[in-house]
Amino acid sequence: MSQEHATESAMARPPVTQVGAVRWLRENLFSGWLNTTLTLLTIYILYVALPPLLDWVIFNAAISGTDRDNCTYAGACWVFVKVRFWQFMYGFYPEPERWRVNVVFIIGILGVASLLTSRVPTKAKLIVGVCMLTIFPVFAVVMFGGGVFGLEYIETSQWGGLFLTLTVASAAMVGSFPLGMVLAIGRRSKLPVVKTFCVCFIEFFRGVPLITILFMASVMVPLFLPEGLTLDKLARAIIGITIFNSAYMAEVIRGGLQSIPKGQYEAAHALGLSYWQGMGLIILPQALKAVIPGLVNTFIGLFKDTTLIYIIGIFDLLGMVQASFRDTKWLGLAFEGYAFIMLVFWIFCYSMSKYSQYLERKLNTGHKS
Amino acid sequence: MAEPATQASSHVGDDIIIEMAGVNKWYGDFHVLKNIDLTVYKGERIVICGPSGSGKSTLIRCINRLEEHQRGDIVVDGVTLGNDVRQVDQVRREVGMVFQHFNLFPHLSVLDNLTLAPIWVRKMPKREAEEIAMHYLTRVKIPEQAAKYPGQLSGGQQQRVAIARSLCMNPKIMLFDEPTSALDPEMIKEVLDVMVELAESGMTMLVVTHEMGFANKVADRVIFMDYGEIVEQNVPSEFFSNPKSERTKLFLSQILNH
Ligand SMILES: Nc1ncnc2c1ncn2[C@@H]1O[C@H](COP(=O)(O)OP(=O)(O)O)[C@@H](O)[C@H]1O
Ligand SMILES: [Mg+2]
Repeated sequence: MSQEHATESAMARPPVTQVGAVRWLRENLFSGWLNTTLTLLTIYILYVALPPLLDWVIFNAAISGTDRDNCTYAGACWVFVKVRFWQFMYGFYPEPERWRVNVVFIIGILGVASLLTSRVPTKAKLIVGVCMLTIFPVFAVVMFGGGVFGLEYIETSQWGGLFLTLTVASAAMVGSFPLGMVLAIGRRSKLPVVKTFCVCFIEFFRGVPLITILFMASVMVPLFLPEGLTLDKLARAIIGITIFNSAYMAEVIRGGLQSIPKGQYEAAHALGLSYWQGMGLIILPQALKAVIPGLVNTFIGLFKDTTLIYIIGIFDLLGMVQASFRDTKWLGLAFEGYAFIMLVFWIFCYSMSKYSQYLERKLNTGHKS
Repeated sequence: MAEPATQASSHVGDDIIIEMAGVNKWYGDFHVLKNIDLTVYKGERIVICGPSGSGKSTLIRCINRLEEHQRGDIVVDGVTLGNDVRQVDQVRREVGMVFQHFNLFPHLSVLDNLTLAPIWVRKMPKREAEEIAMHYLTRVKIPEQAAKYPGQLSGGQQQRVAIARSLCMNPKIMLFDEPTSALDPEMIKEVLDVMVELAESGMTMLVVTHEMGFANKVADRVIFMDYGEIVEQNVPSEFFSNPKSERTKLFLSQILNH
């Protein structure tokens, strides 16, 4: 009787498993013939590849000093990146005016951060969000370009480096997301005109390479613009990237819209919500939540695609680094330059990925009803 | 065929709230509603039953225009349903609906589910909407669940939230489409109890259900549908003890003996 009772109470708790490093290794790395082989193979590859890589990146690398003579030939020459660093960041933006870029970016980062954290109340977020979408872009353009309020005029051809990459990417993201949303909803519309337009738009821009759109934007569009109207090359490139990515965005969002059960639309209608209220309050929040991984995927793709603007003669981060290779003083340092670009892009993309995972966890409200 | 409504019903007042006359509906070639004539009086409780596929859901969904009818007239609370969106919205504000699968909004808390329509459709201040929501949550006996999300509730609780959500709009008519048929047996009673209470409060109700105990207890009138027609309607005592048509007898024998 007492023994029976003891077993019962033991069953009431989850079984206690033996833990420890050895056990973990056995279960995860050496749990079978195939697993063991793969583990050993991986260890061998790391053993062969890692030491020379670390030697190149860290142990034999040169970082101190300011000119070519400081480079060792056994490892990377980070001196090059160090010397050129601020040009990689700002391009040919005149040094005394760079504070203008910094001010915009600091405000931008504060604004975005307050939208992304959960500590800020919703009302404040709404105000910040509206400001970020309306006043802030105007403010940024005025600060960057100048020519008014006593600010020195700085042509967009002097903008460059990471600053330009981030500007292009943010503008294209902020533009393509709502455009993609509208296209996705339009593609599911019952009105034939709306639907056909959206289908054609999406299928066309998804079907052509971005590089061709950028060429068209830089060369062809000016020819078609009416007399007297000019649009800056950078602006045209941003519009091109925005439109291109909105087509992808639209398809991702449409996938989300399709995953929402009909009952959600019916419940919204039955409560008297209008079509747009139902969309905005019920359908889109759920649809977007369902496709966060796909959206972030598209954002990351967009961010990396901005490097293509280098080909039409705009000096983003990639463009600045590649231009610096041509400096005869620093010939032969392409590896270092590309490694630096990879690191910068990786930091941004990985952060986006991490944030999306956090967002997914936060928005998880239990099972679907 | 169809009994005249006046004979079959002991309605409260004489105010007509829903009037369907010669209503027909097709899905493609499929004739789903055939010449439906139905008059509902204020405060009346009507139970609609019939075999699966007979058009019960379609009938009540025409009343708040989740489905469009193609011929005949439907007048709800003095408003004729047609293609005018404003009139449809006007009707939907006054007609609540409870679905078989609850259709709560999973991304919103229970409280937000309840306050959404009053705030956005009735333009009610948030504070007031929340007070009303808590009042109805108390009436369906789950005020303690207000902060939870629908996915964290049992089926019976979700359906009671769905009923409360409709009631928050202070509707004149409530439609129920098989509200208990997706529920586990032990949860059916908690939902039916809420519906009985609602019926006793004088709400006009149209309920599609096969819960004949509920029909017997609260219905003023039971309607039997088959193949898109209203075959028979009567007060519950007569309907169950003395069905007139063969189809009704067959249906009753099937559901009462299973
Ligand atoms: N959207 C639709 N398209 C085509 N046929 C439908 C649609 N909705 C319902 N039907 C058909 O109409 C008939 C009646 O459906 P319904 O009103 O849901 O019946 P009930 O609720 O009595 O089971 C069924 O045969 C069903 O298959
Ligand atoms: Mg049905």
